[in-house]
Amino acid sequence: MRLVILDDYDLASEWAAKYIRNRIIQFKPSAERYFTLGLPTGSTPFGCYQKLIEYYRNGDISFKYVKTFNMDEYVGLPRAHPESYHSYMWNNFFKHIDIDPANAHILDGNVDDLEAECEAYEKKIAEAGGIELFVGGIGPDGHIAFNEPGSSLVSRTRVKTLAKDTIVANARFFGNDLSKVPTMALTVGVGTVMDAKEVMILITGAHKAFALYKAIEEGVNHMWTVSAFQQHPRTIFVCDEDATLELRVKTVKYFKGLMHVHNKLVDPVFSIKEQ
Amino acid sequence: MPSNKSVSDAPITQFVNCRILKDHKLQREDLWVREGKILDPEKLFFDEQGYADECVDCEGSIIAPGFIDVQINGGYGIDFSQASEDVSSGVSFVAQKILEHGVTSFCPTLVTSPPAVYHKVLPQVKVHNGGKHGAGVLGFHLEGPFISTEKKGAHPEKFLRTFQNDGLQDVMEAYGSLDNVAMVTLAPELARSRSVVRELSQMGVTVSLGHSVANLSQAEEAVQHGASFITHLFNAMLPFHHRDPGIVGLLTSDQVPAGRTVYYGMIADGIHTNPAALRIAHRAHPSGLVLVTDAITAMGLPPGRHTLGQQVIEIQGLHAYVAGTKTLCGSIATMDMCIRHFKQASGCSVEEALEAASLHPAQLLGISNRKGNLDYGSDADLVLLDDALNVKATYILGEEVWRKGP
Repeated sequence: MRLVILDDYDLASEWAAKYIRNRIIQFKPSAERYFTLGLPTGSTPFGCYQKLIEYYRNGDISFKYVKTFNMDEYVGLPRAHPESYHSYMWNNFFKHIDIDPANAHILDGNVDDLEAECEAYEKKIAEAGGIELFVGGIGPDGHIAFNEPGSSLVSRTRVKTLAKDTIVANARFFGNDLSKVPTMALTVGVGTVMDAKEVMILITGAHKAFALYKAIEEGVNHMWTVSAFQQHPRTIFVCDEDATLELRVKTVKYFKGLMHVHNKLVDPVFSIKEQ
Repeated sequence: MPSNKSVSDAPITQFVNCRILKDHKLQREDLWVREGKILDPEKLFFDEQGYADECVDCEGSIIAPGFIDVQINGGYGIDFSQASEDVSSGVSFVAQKILEHGVTSFCPTLVTSPPAVYHKVLPQVKVHNGGKHGAGVLGFHLEGPFISTEKKGAHPEKFLRTFQNDGLQDVMEAYGSLDNVAMVTLAPELARSRSVVRELSQMGVTVSLGHSVANLSQAEEAVQHGASFITHLFNAMLPFHHRDPGIVGLLTSDQVPAGRTVYYGMIADGIHTNPAALRIAHRAHPSGLVLVTDAITAMGLPPGRHTLGQQVIEIQGLHAYVAGTKTLCGSIATMDMCIRHFKQASGCSVEEALEAASLHPAQLLGISNRKGNLDYGSDADLVLLDDALNVKATYILGEEVWRKGP
């Protein structure tokens, strides 16, 4: 694991965005060979998306040959609802960049046969050649995507009933009316994300600190599903200072001491203008 | 970019680098148009996996819905009330010229005239969409002849009429046909007006109160029977009195039926209404304010003397006088001038000023499901403006119909 610690949210967002940018550009994607990117939603990756949009606007990166696969989507929430993950991705990312709409994949929570939708999604990922880089976040309960505590660590894309904690946490987006919050979601499984060549988890804020501690300083445990990535060959955790508050001083000092190595991944930062 | 896989082969235009008036706010968003209507880009992206065929760089302009003028009597030497053999070419001429002011739809207005004139003129101009040929015609605005003698203003007295036994019959006799009529201005204190107001409203014709000496209760009764507009507030009606506010009192009346709004026309040229009066009306009832030009034949003509019909008119700046006198004979401000003046005089926001010329008239005429706003599915009638609200370009149904020269 690489644990990359930046001073604050903005710097963490920027580091993550630069990393994604470099990975895409160095991959040299083309019509014959797309770069497949797994994407999250929520407040944590917002800053990272803003930076990627900025790089696109400056002409430094293009998403023309990038295929994206989002992690999850609510069940039964109309696609046009402002809180759907389709809306989030459109407003915060897709509408600002040059991605081909046919290459932006998000699970559809409004189909009749949800299981078939999940199976089809796994197939689409496989047909795209697997995910090159899966970007994700972590919940306060240590979940990745909607793989709530107790989810199998080898799970695949499926329907999940949301934990009470998650519903309460989401209520703020639905006018604090618990009855309006969706209770089910489609989500990629822990196993689905583990299949990616590389995984990058963004964790910012003190409220995520305990989950980060459980995920990397304790054992692999299905109660804290992000811990599964201890067994992935290429994982990067990008966090801010606040997210490290529950870690041992020794862990933090060790990884901060490695920042000069980590920074080589984002410095120099590449641009398609040079090609 | 190559063609989309989509439900329609029609080309999609994306207006970028602009601020659009949406949900009552100016927002930094792109505007998408297909087949003359505003398109929902999110639906396009997810449902059709489509994208734009053409991008128009608006260079930071404001995009507002096209302006709608519900009271305009002519311009550029043309007088709509002049009974000629070819009224429609006069209307078309003005329709084309007003594109420069950002007006994309209008109601050609006829002042009080004898039946022969209505019978001749009305059939010649049908409701029709705008385009490169000019702004769209939403229907005539018939101002008179069922108005008050005392408040006739410049209308010819001998052609004023009252309602006899069967009100609507008098109306049909006077006008001939109401097929292409969007609005009628009448004085509600005239006897037997009640049924006329009701029947016209039920037919879908907007009934406006004006050129009247009605008191507030007479005006309120008319509103309860369907009247929904006041023709050029303050002008040609009793002045506001604190014990009987008259028609002006409708702005804050509590007798307006629930769910209905009384709209009122304002000529915001700085001449026909004192800015303080404009502010009082705006502050009392901001959502009902509809900017109108009430432009006359002389609008658009250069300064100096002009002979128009039987009159000689002298144009000095924004004033049109009977030549050799200081008697005003109508307004010659253009719609965009009215918007700028309204904003400056009232201190309102850019959004409010633009809505007074687009959203409110559309709501008044009951066409806000397709005009007067930039909602998905509405007609793509657009005005591109700079920050000072000068018109840079005009579009009708997604097609550029006028652009300011360099």
